[in-house]
Amino acid sequence: MSPASSAAGTRVIELEEVSIASLHRSGVTVLQRVDWRVEPGEFWVVAGHHASGKSDLLMTLAGLIAPGAGRYRLLGEAMPIFEDSRLPARLKAGLVFNGGQLLNQLTLGQNVTLPLRYHHDLDDATALERASQLMEALELTPFTDRMPGAMGRQWNQRAGLARALVMQPELLLLDDPLSGLDVRHTAWWIGFLDGLCRGTQPCHPQPLTLVVTADTLAPWGAVATHCAVLEQRTLVPMGCLREPQVRDHARVREYLAHNRWGFDRSP
Amino acid sequence: MHDRVPAALLPGWSTAVGRGLLAGCSTLRGLVAFALITLGVLLGKAGTAPRLMRPMIRREVDRCGMQLLPMFAFLAAALGLVVIGQTVSWLSRVGAIEFIGPVMVIAVVRELGPLIAAFVILSRVGTAHVVELGTARAMGEIEALEGLAVDPVHYLVVPRVAGMMAGTFALTVYFIIGSMISGYAWVFIQDIPLRPEEYIRQIAGALSGIDFLLLGLKTVAFGFILAIVTCFHGLARPIRVEEVSRATVRAVTHSVIACVIVDAVFIVVYLTVG
Repeated sequence: MSPASSAAGTRVIELEEVSIASLHRSGVTVLQRVDWRVEPGEFWVVAGHHASGKSDLLMTLAGLIAPGAGRYRLLGEAMPIFEDSRLPARLKAGLVFNGGQLLNQLTLGQNVTLPLRYHHDLDDATALERASQLMEALELTPFTDRMPGAMGRQWNQRAGLARALVMQPELLLLDDPLSGLDVRHTAWWIGFLDGLCRGTQPCHPQPLTLVVTADTLAPWGAVATHCAVLEQRTLVPMGCLREPQVRDHARVREYLAHNRWGFDRSP
Repeated sequence: MHDRVPAALLPGWSTAVGRGLLAGCSTLRGLVAFALITLGVLLGKAGTAPRLMRPMIRREVDRCGMQLLPMFAFLAAALGLVVIGQTVSWLSRVGAIEFIGPVMVIAVVRELGPLIAAFVILSRVGTAHVVELGTARAMGEIEALEGLAVDPVHYLVVPRVAGMMAGTFALTVYFIIGSMISGYAWVFIQDIPLRPEEYIRQIAGALSGIDFLLLGLKTVAFGFILAIVTCFHGLARPIRVEEVSRATVRAVTHSVIACVIVDAVFIVVYLTVG
């Protein structure tokens, strides 16, 4: 359990009858009546088909979109947060975009340190020094001065992860992080996220609560603790992914199909 | 009974004019709202992240000012030779050399200087703003900033507004001084009997305190307008990559219209107080 959240004894995510609006299509509701609770230290995978609302769900959880209806609390704080005075509460959630979504005018190093420089008012060298352990852990140090346009998707994706972790969040939201990655990078991501959830990564020693969206559950079977599926315009929490009755559920079996990485990898 | 007239029964031109007016009003409302938001952020977040923001503002001032100096030196020389030199030449031929001062002040200081500076900055920097911000918006970088709780208006717009305001003011001043100097060079080449001290005395005599004040206000207003219009078209609305070129054309059109309207307002002020 993450110390800060466990001390407070609060849920990390608490959604009650929440409607999720679309970020790009004004006035469109993609998910309705979402009831969902995420406890500290859990590792959730939310599976859904293309355009099922996975990204919009994460944007709402990160506070970029206000819920169309219902109540959303992040670590006990009502969301969304737009006031500067409550900003620290919002920064407890880190968001990793699909593909990294780095700022193309900045180097990889400047992208990673941007939140530190903006929120902690650090100069470039100090911010880079503070992020150096994280950059090293993510194997990004050799690419610090490279521009995102000169890098492959897999490294930009990692830089997006570093940028989300640099503020030491308590909740990490990842939008389909494995899409477009080769087998080596996929294995690295799964292992690294597993370490983050357990608190065994030296760059982030506290256990982290994770929510990952994906179009398949197959690669996540060994590391995720819980799963949910998006169907019929709502989120259906399926429960603990390691329990046989959950794994045998028809919807879960469907998303676990094409198990390239092997489901029975020891947890 | 239908109380609305079907669109097909309306003349085509009236429908087009009506749609154009509505679209114009909508854009104007968006621009005013965006300007007010930017002003609010400019004042409200003045002390936020100074170690990050100050170098960005300096970079924008350099981009809108120092980097354009060679081009402005060329334009000032051209304007001096083509317009000022010829004007002085004709005034001396008709024996109206004593009107050099007022003509210079009205033509160059009040009108040509600020307008030419604004239009050149629009073409060189304003268009780049639309392309940069439009592409950033289309590539999802604005959502990335919001995801990091970094205010996109503060991070992307405020440095550009500061840079354009400072750049337009400074370049207008340099442009006016440069064109005056090159204008006298033309006079000198043509062997017109006008001594430099007389040329300077006439121009200085025609300038009043209100000219300096209004020149400052006008150039700062032009810089603010250029930055707001170009940033609005690049940033404020959802945009796809293929729409960036159209947004750039719209931004240039709207910037020119807005600058001309503000210029007209300043003419009224000059006539009222002058």
